[in-house]
Amino acid sequence: MATSEIKVIAAIVENKPGVLHSIANMFRRRGFNIESITVGHTEKKGLARMTITLNGDEKTIEQVVKQMNKLIDVIKVNYLEKENIVARELALVKIKVADPKTRSDAINCVEVFRGRVVDVSPESLTIEITGTSDKIDAFLNLMRTYGILELARTGLTALARGVKSIRIME
Amino acid sequence: MTEMSGAKAIIKSLEKQKVEVIFGILGGAVLPIYDHFCNSEIRHILCRHEQGAIHAAEGYARASGKPGVCMATSGPGATNLVTGIANAYMDSAPVVALTGQVPTTSKNTTYMIGRDSFQEADIVGITSPITKYNHQIQTVAEIPEIIKNAFYIATTGRPGPVLIDVPKNLQSEVAEMVFSNKIRIRGYKPKTKPHPMQIERAVKLLMSAEKPVILSGGGVITSNATHELTKTAEILMAPVATSFMGKGSITENHPLSVGSIGMHGNPVANKLLCEADVVLAVGTRFSDRATGTVNTFCAAAKIIHIDIDAAEIGKNIEVNVPIVADARKTLKEINNKIIKKLKNKDAPWAIHVKELKQTLNLPPDNNEKEIKPKAILYELRKLLPNDAIVATEVGQNQMWSALYFNSLKPRTFISSGGLGTMGFGFPASIGAKVACPNKVVVDIAGDGSFRMTEQELATSVTEQIPVIVVVLNNSVLGMVAQWQRLFFRGRYSAIKLGSSPDFVKLAEAYGAQGLRARSLPEFKKAVKEALNSDITTVIDVPISSEENVDPMVPPGCGINEQVGNY
Repeated sequence: MATSEIKVIAAIVENKPGVLHSIANMFRRRGFNIESITVGHTEKKGLARMTITLNGDEKTIEQVVKQMNKLIDVIKVNYLEKENIVARELALVKIKVADPKTRSDAINCVEVFRGRVVDVSPESLTIEITGTSDKIDAFLNLMRTYGILELARTGLTALARGVKSIRIME
Repeated sequence: MTEMSGAKAIIKSLEKQKVEVIFGILGGAVLPIYDHFCNSEIRHILCRHEQGAIHAAEGYARASGKPGVCMATSGPGATNLVTGIANAYMDSAPVVALTGQVPTTSKNTTYMIGRDSFQEADIVGITSPITKYNHQIQTVAEIPEIIKNAFYIATTGRPGPVLIDVPKNLQSEVAEMVFSNKIRIRGYKPKTKPHPMQIERAVKLLMSAEKPVILSGGGVITSNATHELTKTAEILMAPVATSFMGKGSITENHPLSVGSIGMHGNPVANKLLCEADVVLAVGTRFSDRATGTVNTFCAAAKIIHIDIDAAEIGKNIEVNVPIVADARKTLKEINNKIIKKLKNKDAPWAIHVKELKQTLNLPPDNNEKEIKPKAILYELRKLLPNDAIVATEVGQNQMWSALYFNSLKPRTFISSGGLGTMGFGFPASIGAKVACPNKVVVDIAGDGSFRMTEQELATSVTEQIPVIVVVLNNSVLGMVAQWQRLFFRGRYSAIKLGSSPDFVKLAEAYGAQGLRARSLPEFKKAVKEALNSDITTVIDVPISSEENVDPMVPPGCGINEQVGNY
């Protein structure tokens, strides 16, 4: 892991072909490293919201925000300070459970972490867990003892706390 | 609302943008558009290579301040534009490139894009990091809106190239078209007005300066701020150094003009920047070739940085006062506030500048036996009218031009600064001549770079666009030869061009005029002959292959560490 802290950037972008490409391409070209990126529709038609996490110092983040702002299809970019956001990530993890004893042990852990078992087979459990990235890391560390068969993480998505929001004026 | 085809809508949109000329080469995927050129007032100039077409469009744009337009077909036509797009992007030139694309659908297939169809290339993907904006037309009805936005984006804020890719079937498809003038792009609102608080801070800093220097960049030319900048300099008695792209942003025979900075900068400019206590940098991006190593650049100075592109602030150099705004508007406001502080011509700093100019800016030694680049360029300046436009190629010819050819007006020095594209100058000079038919246009070339786009001689002859090409012919790739001489123990590798071709005969083969000048008097005669001619003239000037561009800042050094004789 890099030493500099993970930073969170949220952007409202045009929901049209090629936008994700041009943003990802800009990151690659300028040597910024994306840790995770999530994209989805917003409350307004034609707009998508991206949450990007990356490693970097303040100066790098400032450049990232400015360079993103230069892209025509990027409508608004905000740097979200970690103290003032609600941030969540979702993970689906499939673990190996060969006998009933390990199975119930594992389910106990899932309950402690407020996860959910979403699929069961004679030899496996699939668990859904939501939370901060740290919490998911901690949970996955625990699951490693059982043996992780497969893992899918969504990457972080985030909103600012309180009434403050990224608004697009029409 | 009117019903028309996509191709017709494109031509109509271009006419609405007052486009007078398009540089291009047609091909299968743009045939429907070209069909409509027959009914349009727009002049189409058929170039001989797409790279020539886009450089010409950039030359047109930079000479006129109006957007340059070029067109190419899909696949190789589009990919041949790439160098020119990158060039326009680096030098912030307003260029609109239109490319054809394979059809989205046809009678027998559902979707041809993405199937590696004949002459298909993902030009939008390829050019995404080198365009200010690009877009592939999705529906025929969006054409008027997209073309209008393309011109708006290319020409406003920090200008840059925009590429619009038009699938062939959408050119023929007919739809109801709406042509409006209203601009509504929610992700693009360039800021042009300076923040009053930052103006206050800048003014305070400038008023307190004992040794102010102005660093003027290409943005001053783009925003037509020459008058305002000169006034700022005169009020403050501040010498004006320019970036390479800023050459001509102040008339170079002004007493306060000290030339360009950088690796092959004028020693006066480099020295003064290192001595300054306050630097007012306007419309410049502190490129590596301009600053040398950044830790010693302007080490003693507080920097005020005016730029319309917020991302340039703090990108390469830390600054004290950032102003994100249009250069002209900002300088006007600064001038209004500092007007009371007219500096005395006898101020110690002003005297120092004057003395430095006298000791370091030496006239050429007139060696009768050998014809030297410095003497050629001094002579050329004397022979050309003040408003003549000079384009250059890239390499030694370019650096000699920057050092020794005084630009007296903005938009009269057109050269590939950021990308350093050999072969840029000649087609750019054709574009400049189209934009300014009444001005003399000269391309200062090397024998290496001229050959990279020399095929455009055919364009200039058949389209009757007469320009003058001065080939400083040293029979080698001179700049790399210089680096091998200085930094690779003089071991030459792959630099010899030899005596092929004979540039006089080459010119004649194209139907142009070819002249050779082996001495300064012959050069004078040749230029006069070219000026009196109405066809393109190539003047071949054989020079020594051992000639260096001096002085030079070795890579990794500060701009105050120039070496070489000067």
